Amino acid sequence: MRVLGIETSCDETGVAIYDDRAGLLAHAVYSQVEIHAEYGGVVPELASRDHVRKTLPLIRQVLEDAGLARASIDGVAFTAGPGLIGALLVGSALGRSLAWAWKVPAIGVHHMEGHLLAPLIETPAPEFPFVALLVSGGHTQLVDVIGIGRYRILGESLDDAAGEAFDKTAKILGLPYPGGPELARLAESGDPKRFRFPRPMTDRPGLDFSFSGLKTFTLNTLNKELAVSEDSQRTKADIARAFEEAVVDTLVIKCRRALRETGRRRLILAGGVSANRRLRERMDAAIAAEGGETYYPRPMFCTDNGAMIAFAGCQRLLAGQTEPLAFHPRARWPMGELPPV
Amino acid sequence: MMKILAIDTSNEACSAALLVNQAVDQQFEIAPRRHGELILVMMQRLLEQAGLELRDLDALAFGCGPGSFTGVRISTSVIQGAAFGAELPVVPISTLAAIAQGQFRREGHRRLLAALDARMDEVYWGCYEVGEDNLVELCRAEEVCPPERVEPPPGPGWQGVGPGWGIHGDVLANRIGSALEGANPNGVCESRDIALLAAAELAAGRWVPAEQAIPVYLRDQVTRVAKA
Ligand SMILES: Nc1ncnc2c1ncn2[C@@H]1O[C@H](COP(=O)(O)OP(=O)(O)OP(=O)(O)O)[C@@H](O)[C@H]1O
Ligand SMILES: [Mg+2]
Repeated sequence: MRVLGIETSCDETGVAIYDDRAGLLAHAVYSQVEIHAEYGGVVPELASRDHVRKTLPLIRQVLEDAGLARASIDGVAFTAGPGLIGALLVGSALGRSLAWAWKVPAIGVHHMEGHLLAPLIETPAPEFPFVALLVSGGHTQLVDVIGIGRYRILGESLDDAAGEAFDKTAKILGLPYPGGPELARLAESGDPKRFRFPRPMTDRPGLDFSFSGLKTFTLNTLNKELAVSEDSQRTKADIARAFEEAVVDTLVIKCRRALRETGRRRLILAGGVSANRRLRERMDAAIAAEGGETYYPRPMFCTDNGAMIAFAGCQRLLAGQTEPLAFHPRARWPMGELPPV
Repeated sequence: MMKILAIDTSNEACSAALLVNQAVDQQFEIAPRRHGELILVMMQRLLEQAGLELRDLDALAFGCGPGSFTGVRISTSVIQGAAFGAELPVVPISTLAAIAQGQFRREGHRRLLAALDARMDEVYWGCYEVGEDNLVELCRAEEVCPPERVEPPPGPGWQGVGPGWGIHGDVLANRIGSALEGANPNGVCESRDIALLAAAELAAGRWVPAEQAIPVYLRDQVTRVAKA
C-alpha cells in the first residue's frame, strides 16, 4: 500500500509518500519559521494562510520526486489533531477531498502517534513493545507502547513541555526564535560546571515532569550574574549549558525509571527535542548501561514532517481503518482515545 | 453541455450545486461548524443523483471569499483536493457577487449593494450591476471598511443585500441615503449562484489550476500583536 501523508498541524507543511514494501519514496517539508519569527511565536491565522498556499504545491512536488503518477496512490493520510484547528482544517479538507477524487480510502492521523511511530520508518526499526519518550514543543510524555494504538501513558509534564521550556529559556537568554536549537548551539560552548540547575521531580517516585521552574531559575541566575559578571556572552553560554544538562539529566533519569518499571528493553525517542545531540549521547550511554537499546528518527523526522503521517496512516489503513466522507479535526485529542490496530 | 460543481462554506451556510446546462440542483443547509461533516457528502450526492462522475465535469467552482477565514479555507482546500485529484479547472467566485446574483434571481433587482459582517465593526462591501446577460458585474473593487465609510454607489435605485445589512443596516442606509431602495439582510451566498457565474467565467476562459485556487480575504491585516 502506497500512502500520501499530509501534515499541517502547526507551522510546518509536510508531505510524503510511504510504501509499506518499498519504504519512504519521497518527502518534503516547508517551514514557516520566517513568517512567525518577527512575532516571536506562531500566529495561527498566518499559519493557516500559508498552509493553504503551500500544501498542494508540495503534494505535486513529492509526486514528481517519487516519479509517481497520481493514480498509483492507494490512500491519503492527514493530520487530524491535536494542533491549531485552522491549520489542521487545511490539511484535513484537502487530504479528505483528494482521497475522494482519487477514489481511495482516507485516514485522519493523530499527530503524536505520528511522532511516536517515526522511529519505525528507520532501519533497524524497533520491535514492539517499547517505551516511548515524546518530547516536542507541546508534549512531554512517557508512553508504554504495546502495539499501534495500544498506548499506556506512564507520565507527562504537569506544566511546560520540554521543547516549550527550551524555547522560553532561549527567549530569556535573548536568542532568536525558534529558540530550542539555538540554545542547544550556545550550550556547546558553555561550561557544565559553573552553574547547577535543579532536576525537577527526580527526587520522588513517579514518571511525571515539571519544567516550568527551570525558566524562573534561569531568569534569576541570569539577573544575578549579569549584575556582577563582565562577560555576559560567556555567562549566557554557561547558563544554556546548565539548563540543557538539567533537562537532559531529568529525561534520562525518568526514562531509566520507566524501563525498569515496565520491564521493557527498548526505548524510542521522538519529537523535536529528540533531535538534541547531548540528549541522544547521554540517553544512549545510560540505557546501554542498563542493557537496553535506544532508537530515534533521523533528525529531520524529529520535528513535524509528512513522512511520519504517511507511515502512521499506512499502518492504520492496512488494518482496514478508514475515514467516512467527512473531516473533523480536533485541536485537543487525548492519545488514549485511539483505537488499537 | 456545460457541467460545473460549485460549493460554498464561507459562512454559516453550507451548500453545493451542480449545474448541467441551464439546470441547477442544489443542496443547502445552515450548519455552523458542520461544514467538514457535510460538504463532501453534498457533492457526492449531487453527482450520484445526476449519474455523473467528478471527472465528467468541466470545472469546479467555489466561493473564494470574503467570509469567515476558516470557512473560506475549507471550501478552498476541498476544491484544491478535488480539482487536483480529478484534473479539473477551478473558477473562484466572490461570495459578495454570489449574494448579489441571488438577489437578482429572486427579486429581479439590477443594482445591488452586497454586504457581509466583517467583525471588528467593519463590513465586506461590494457594488454590482446586472448586465445584459443577466449576470452581476462588479462596479468597483470590493472593500473591507467601517460601515459608515463604505463608498456610496453612483446614481439611484440600489438594493442592499446580505447579512451585513442586518447588523449594520442603519449605518449603511444612512451612508447610501436616497439612492437606496431597500435592503434584504436574509440574502446569503448560495452555490447555485456561484455555479451560474462560474459558467460564464469558464466560457470566457477565466479559470485557474488547483494550486492557484486561493482565498480572497479582503482583510490582510490579521495580527494585532506588535511585531517583536
Ligand atoms: N536540538 C534541539 N534541542 C532542543 N530542542 C529542540 C532541538 N530541536 C528542536 N527542538 C525543539 O523541538 C520543538 C519542536 O518540535 P516539534 O516540531 O516536534 O513540536 P511541535 O510540533 O511544535 O509540538 P507538538 O508536536 O507537541 O504539537 C521546539 O520546542 C524546539 O525548540
Ligand atoms: Mg509536532
